[in-house]
Amino acid sequence: MTSPATPAVEFRAVTRHFGSVRAVDGVDLTIAEGAFFAMLGPSGSGKTTCLRLISGFEKPTSGQIRIFGQDVSDVPPNRRNVNTVFQDYALFPHMSVRDNVAYGLMVKGVDRKTRLDRAEEMLSLVKLPGYGDRKPGQLSGGQRQRVALARALVNEPRVLLLDEPLGALDLKLREAMQDELKALQKRLGITFVFVTHDQHEALSMADSLAVFSDGKIAQIGTPEEVYARPQSRFVADFVGSSNVLPPDLTRALGGPARWSSLRPEQVRIADQGQGRGIVTSIRYLGAGSRVALRIGEAEVAALVPAGQTVPEQGAEVAIAFDPAALHVMEG
Amino acid sequence: MMQPATAILPERGLGDRLTALFWRRPRVLLALLLVPPLLWLGVVYLGSLFALLLQSFYSIDEFSGVVKEEFTLKTYAELFRAQNVDIILRTLLMSALVTLACAVIAFPIAYFAARFARGRWKAVFYLGVMLPLWSSYLVKVYAWKLILAKEGILTWTAEHMGVGAIWGRALDEQWFGGSSLSTSPVGTFIVFVYIWLPYMILPMQAALERVPGSMLEAAADLGASRAQAFRTVILPLALPGIVAGSIFTFSLTLGDYIIPQIVGTSARFIGLAVYQLQGTAGNIPLAAAFAVVPIVIMLVYLTVAKRMGAFDAL
Repeated sequence: MTSPATPAVEFRAVTRHFGSVRAVDGVDLTIAEGAFFAMLGPSGSGKTTCLRLISGFEKPTSGQIRIFGQDVSDVPPNRRNVNTVFQDYALFPHMSVRDNVAYGLMVKGVDRKTRLDRAEEMLSLVKLPGYGDRKPGQLSGGQRQRVALARALVNEPRVLLLDEPLGALDLKLREAMQDELKALQKRLGITFVFVTHDQHEALSMADSLAVFSDGKIAQIGTPEEVYARPQSRFVADFVGSSNVLPPDLTRALGGPARWSSLRPEQVRIADQGQGRGIVTSIRYLGAGSRVALRIGEAEVAALVPAGQTVPEQGAEVAIAFDPAALHVMEG
Repeated sequence: MMQPATAILPERGLGDRLTALFWRRPRVLLALLLVPPLLWLGVVYLGSLFALLLQSFYSIDEFSGVVKEEFTLKTYAELFRAQNVDIILRTLLMSALVTLACAVIAFPIAYFAARFARGRWKAVFYLGVMLPLWSSYLVKVYAWKLILAKEGILTWTAEHMGVGAIWGRALDEQWFGGSSLSTSPVGTFIVFVYIWLPYMILPMQAALERVPGSMLEAAADLGASRAQAFRTVILPLALPGIVAGSIFTFSLTLGDYIIPQIVGTSARFIGLAVYQLQGTAGNIPLAAAFAVVPIVIMLVYLTVAKRMGAFDAL
């Protein structure tokens, strides 16, 4: 039995080298049961390798991985009670949608009637009832994604792994699927671990996330923590389109002589303020405009909400912000 | 002073004129590309096939040996004489066994090449598979005759490993040696497998190459053992390639008349029968009827393969 305190997934000093490349380099990680956990990072940062370490497609070079407290070092993928939604969906092209979804039950030896009924249930769960007879090739990208989801859930895994699940969908579909995935996770109550390079996706879906950089975890925490209080320049840069200010500018704007971050939406254009700069570019975003200013050697962006006056390019303006918004970073 | 820019660039000669023609009339290019091969295929290839079919419906006058150009099924009836049925069954069995053996040997090689070989190893694979195709077929068959001969390297190896007596006893078995591997059905089989193996490996590898690695991971992820993943995912997806390869090995064995002549017993195969009937015997109609047999067998084979869903993954 597992006590409620047992984490769903635990990495202990896990390393995975490919030749001389340290894809995963000493990662310690705890994912709580029932969490919607995001692994965020640029390509090559080790996030996908971490996911593959959980599913068993990669073996750690050193360190230990535990799933619900059990060491899975010697357990092959087919005996791990986790399932994956693959980036390319990896649906079996020669099988019908129904047989795809029922595959996990078929290899377990569940009888035909039961497994086809279960497959139909899963297809209803992902809102594709009646699609069982089609072949994957006849479905749209969004539908294939749902089939992949149904197929992964049919085994009732304790952890569902999602590898860039929405990467191939267009924006509108992606946003709809984000909401749906979130609702599905709440309803099923199982742990979701998903990999993405899209910061908006990670922030909006996850209830905790890890930011990866060069095979290491740069920061781990709730979306609010990671967004508002980035621990390093890398996190500030990657997680939001935040201003990263060098030490001298931080001091000029009233902070200590350290690197800091300042969110564009917390910067106002004013007549009087902590600093002055020249407007170098204006980007219209719909809900507002992003105004870039040059202050000394550095560039600072301010978000001007729609309806407020946007300064002209080349104008000299002042910026003002709540001193508490200036977040000083460790590195 | 620069010329004012025009909307149309000047024509640069014949190349541009042809490009313009093909752009205006895309079918002209298509026709130019297709007519020569279609002529070849239609006239030379299908034409001779038709001539062959026609010949098979003629018969030979048993006294004069002259071909009677009248439509008859008499020649086909001759195919069902015991000795001819024997030839057909022997050829069929050999072709089936050779195909099966080629498939079994080729699969691991093709699988390795498709899944794991990268860069230099891929080059080694292609070279290793294709290199034997660069040397003469006859040279290879005669080389095998030497290898399989009673005084050949196999016997020599057996003797030097101290199992000469067992080897000798095995060779005495009629089906295995009948005194020497180079004159036995097993010898014929070995040489057939060797000669046709590349034609199985290459299409198989091409088919396996198209199976994404994530497909296998998905099977494992959903709980399939290696054997289950092989049976339910790899095999069905590789089947078109296996069938393509087996069409080569099967039909090439069905029609070959040289290997059984050089390495083997005096028992005849279809190819050899055709060769002797049209040559020494001068019985062109029966030779033609014999030549139709592999065509019919291949049609039946493809129909069965299609029924079994071999091409569903295409």
